[in-house]
Amino acid sequence: MENSKKTPLFTVYEKHKGKLIDFGGWAMPVQFEGIIPEHEAVRSNAGLFDVSHMGEVEIKGKDALNFVQYLITNDASQMEKNQIIYSFMCYENGGVVDDLLVYKFEEDYFYLVINAGNIEKDYEWMLKQSTAYDVEVNNISNDVSELALQGPKAEKILQKLTETDLSQLQFFYLQRDVTIDGVNCLISRTGYTGEDGFEIYVNPSDAVQLWEKLLEVGQEDGLKPIGLGARDTLRFEAALPLYGHEINRDITPLEAGFGFAVKLKKEVDFLGKKALIEQKEAGLTRKLVGFEMKDRGIPRSDYEVYHQGEKIGFVTTGYFSPTLKRNIGLALIDAKYAELGNEVDILIRKKQVKAELISKTFYKKNYKK
Amino acid sequence: MKVMAGLYYSKDHEWVKVEGNKAYIGITDFAQSQLGDIVFVEQPEVDDSFEAGDDFGVVESVKAASDLYIPLSGTVVEVNEELADDPAKVNEDPYGSWMIAIEMTKEDELKNLLTPSDYEKVCDEEA
Repeated sequence: MENSKKTPLFTVYEKHKGKLIDFGGWAMPVQFEGIIPEHEAVRSNAGLFDVSHMGEVEIKGKDALNFVQYLITNDASQMEKNQIIYSFMCYENGGVVDDLLVYKFEEDYFYLVINAGNIEKDYEWMLKQSTAYDVEVNNISNDVSELALQGPKAEKILQKLTETDLSQLQFFYLQRDVTIDGVNCLISRTGYTGEDGFEIYVNPSDAVQLWEKLLEVGQEDGLKPIGLGARDTLRFEAALPLYGHEINRDITPLEAGFGFAVKLKKEVDFLGKKALIEQKEAGLTRKLVGFEMKDRGIPRSDYEVYHQGEKIGFVTTGYFSPTLKRNIGLALIDAKYAELGNEVDILIRKKQVKAELISKTFYKKNYKK
Repeated sequence: MKVMAGLYYSKDHEWVKVEGNKAYIGITDFAQSQLGDIVFVEQPEVDDSFEAGDDFGVVESVKAASDLYIPLSGTVVEVNEELADDPAKVNEDPYGSWMIAIEMTKEDELKNLLTPSDYEKVCDEEA
């Protein structure tokens, strides 16, 4: 872990008894108090996450919109100023380079938030694609720290530290130059837990102050520091994809069931468009499904899925769900077996264990619309 | 980290309580704390036989599955069924939550196990 990259908040983990792991080359806390109590705190009150390891890339210049449109599967042309969209960035063959949030500041100024483990790969990909466009592509990941404040009490807690009326900030919109505890921040009403909440972007030198102050004022509302462990169980229950699991270079967004962020009717050409249209027209041969274990056992990533002895796919994520108190998972399987209610077997340590396909809506998202 | 007197310990963080020729086996307070919230314990069946060092089951936390290694050779005579329905008991009471009881087949293997004070040193090094 000594060679791992560290976020500016590394120094506060010890104080809060964070247990460290290596995550994509970063030394990050997997948990503080424990994954289950942290998960429950976010669902019922609020949690504070250090997500400074995430990457940020600025796209600036005359062709910014055109370039973003070429790069992503979603449609940025209808975005208002200060709006955010979720999207995929695909290879020509429709496989996923990364999933990302696209922030629109101005007509000629976008901000892309990308996954920690993909920063270098994404940045190189963007640079390579940008040559025909009049744009500046800047990897500013090291100049930005990010905190996520998530949960039903997030607005109440954050409001204590700012004069900006947070109730006016809508879901998937951002506001720049918000002063929180005297610190200049960019905030957005976004997150990856299935709850209402905010993502707060600050100068790295302000991150510790903000972290400590939020925990202090949020304490009476049950705010707790949350590690990556609960971040994963929370996003999984909300059926939000994780790069490397539900999506990767070999799984397209259509197969994973995230077609809402793939606008095949978008007028302009985009990377992967042709392959994705062909895949859709030919019919999907694999689908991402939800399932619940009927027998004892916890499904884990990469476990094989069988139907009457025939291998039909693999688990992308599986857990004991802290909210539902059941063992559930997501799996990418042969589309012809993907009907709800179907019974499949999960191979858990050499033993096939029964599971039933259920809706992926494990947990109804609690966003503020 | 709590280490109980009167028990034997393994470097793999199992504890052993000997009653006659029978040995009760569980995981230590250090182990449960390292694993975090335990949500599943997979156990062997009565009459299964193991050699010292074999994996005899799996304990799963929210995040991961970890093998359980048997510190002594023997045949399973009892399985703690309570843990199937309430695996969190291992977190709450690791020394009360034995997983299996075996009839030892090589009692002299006990001398390979650690004393409470030696085990404390192992935990200090790994903590």
